[in-house]
Amino acid sequence: MTTTLTKPPAEPAPPPPPRRTPRSKASRAGGHLHAGPIAYLILALFTFGSLAPLVWTAIAASRDNQRLAQTPPPLWFGANLFDKLEMAWTDANLGEAFLNTTIVAGISAVTIVFLSTIAGFAFAKLRFKGRNALMLVVIGTMMVPPQLSIIPLYMMVAELGWTDQLQAVILPSLVSAFGVFFMRQYLIQALPDEIIEAARVDGASSWRVVWHVVFPAARPAMAVLGMLMFVQTWNDFLWPFLVLTQNGSPTVQVAVAGLGRGFTPDQALIMAGALLGTLPLLIVFAIFGKQIVGGIMQGAVKG
Amino acid sequence: MATEHDTAASPVKGGAAPGRPPAGAPAEAAKKRARLSRRWQRDMRWSPYAFVSPFFLLFIAFGLFPLIYTGWASLHQVELTAPTDMSWVGLKNYTRIFDDDFFWNAAKNTLTIGIISTVPQLLMAMGLAHILNYKLRASTFWRVVMLAPYATSIAAASLVFVLLFGRDYGMINWVLGFVGIDNIDWQNDHWASQLAVSSIVIWRWTGYNALIYLAAMQAIPQDLYESAALDGASRWRQFVHVTLPSLRPTILFTVIVSTIGASQVFGEPLLFDATKGASGGSQHQFQTLGLYLYEQGWVNQHLGRASAIAWTMFLILIVIGIVNSVISRRLRASS
Repeated sequence: MTTTLTKPPAEPAPPPPPRRTPRSKASRAGGHLHAGPIAYLILALFTFGSLAPLVWTAIAASRDNQRLAQTPPPLWFGANLFDKLEMAWTDANLGEAFLNTTIVAGISAVTIVFLSTIAGFAFAKLRFKGRNALMLVVIGTMMVPPQLSIIPLYMMVAELGWTDQLQAVILPSLVSAFGVFFMRQYLIQALPDEIIEAARVDGASSWRVVWHVVFPAARPAMAVLGMLMFVQTWNDFLWPFLVLTQNGSPTVQVAVAGLGRGFTPDQALIMAGALLGTLPLLIVFAIFGKQIVGGIMQGAVKG
Repeated sequence: MATEHDTAASPVKGGAAPGRPPAGAPAEAAKKRARLSRRWQRDMRWSPYAFVSPFFLLFIAFGLFPLIYTGWASLHQVELTAPTDMSWVGLKNYTRIFDDDFFWNAAKNTLTIGIISTVPQLLMAMGLAHILNYKLRASTFWRVVMLAPYATSIAAASLVFVLLFGRDYGMINWVLGFVGIDNIDWQNDHWASQLAVSSIVIWRWTGYNALIYLAAMQAIPQDLYESAALDGASRWRQFVHVTLPSLRPTILFTVIVSTIGASQVFGEPLLFDATKGASGGSQHQFQTLGLYLYEQGWVNQHLGRASAIAWTMFLILIVIGIVNSVISRRLRASS
């Protein structure tokens, strides 16, 4: 799987070469074609499909069981939203869950970004024996599903007495082949060899090059990777569900799932919990959506 | 840190300070320069390995070793309550699961849920990417909106979909009622429940895959379309003959990733189950292999058997991977 990173074309499209006639422009299926009303209609449908379940979560959370057990289902907000959010907050231990998840996702995102940047730099810019073979191994590890490793990891955690301790979730989450790959792709094109050469001539050691040249150059990609890893760790479910308990030190997902699998008959309460668990990331996406989209697209292009 | 002795024997060739040592007085300086040069060489030689080693150490500790140890554990009887107390049983766990109807049921469900969730998802993502690749007003807005389900966790999404797919009062049955479809039992009906579980996967991942296709589409050189247009190719033919072939590596990539994802489906069927067990519905109608692994290991407390399931999944994935690479090589050879 050889890969080259191509930056998505910059926003102001490069001026077309003069021989391009308007006619040939109109008959191309590529990126510079203006969208018609049907395209917008389809986009609107997809937008509705994407957002409706989320909006309806809030609607259901603002109602009560009685109303949710009637036809037609509620289509607009009721009066209970803040009561239910407050109840979910206390019932599901969400305060602690938010704190735990922030710690887990924060530590893991920062560590992954740091380790991925130095490894990505080595793979992108340094020469060493076995470089290509090792990079293939990194890509190969992406193909190993984490679920196959959970049983020995669970034994390790039990042996060490780490059940309900956050390091049990943090440590296994630090393996990110995607991060290494992502930073390598970015640094290949974003970090000119001349700058490294210049630093070398000044007698900089490899570590100094990393601190003073690589990190500044990689900053945008590090931010994006950090956000992607934060989202991923925040939403992680299976492994935290196995080693953290709802009443011990749950992550948000464990707490929300516990609400759903518990014996509370209050559907609105469960929806309120689901909403609270999702809200922080929706806010992050609303603010940094552009960067996250760019990051996913940059990490995706295969040549 | 290495001392002078480590490198004293190594021949100094090239290096940062290749200047010939001047004779006489500045011999001290020359020595210093040689020492610096040796250090520089050591740095050039070993620091790349230092930079990549944390990833590999972590992978060995939390990926490779557990994977292999799973194979070892699958040859033992291990109870959840005493995970270090292992007794050798040979291949008994494997023969047992091969005789187990629930295992085959779960394997079949994983396959069908995998197909129902992956195929429409990738097809829709392709169409969506094609539209997003047009010149659009507010293009960033559309892209971010398509990613909102990806920001939603499996736990939250599954719990919401349980309500939406409610038999008596669910939104989806209510809407279907307008076109004359009677209430569907999304929990207990075999295919309906698998469709419902798959729809959670489709909902969460379509936008993400669309962005991946979009990125690949934007990397296609415009002249390919121009020359196709000059040859009189219609837009549909341009899509088939220019876009799709250029996207082949990306399509293969998404197929592989989605296949691995589909083999791992766990949270959706666990939380979709209104009976709140781990059996994937009262008749095991939507129990996947991931869920069955969990049920064997953590509900029935047989970690050895669960390990055998994990390794069987691993072997199945390897077979799929081999088949996949053979097919892709054939495709590449034929084009």
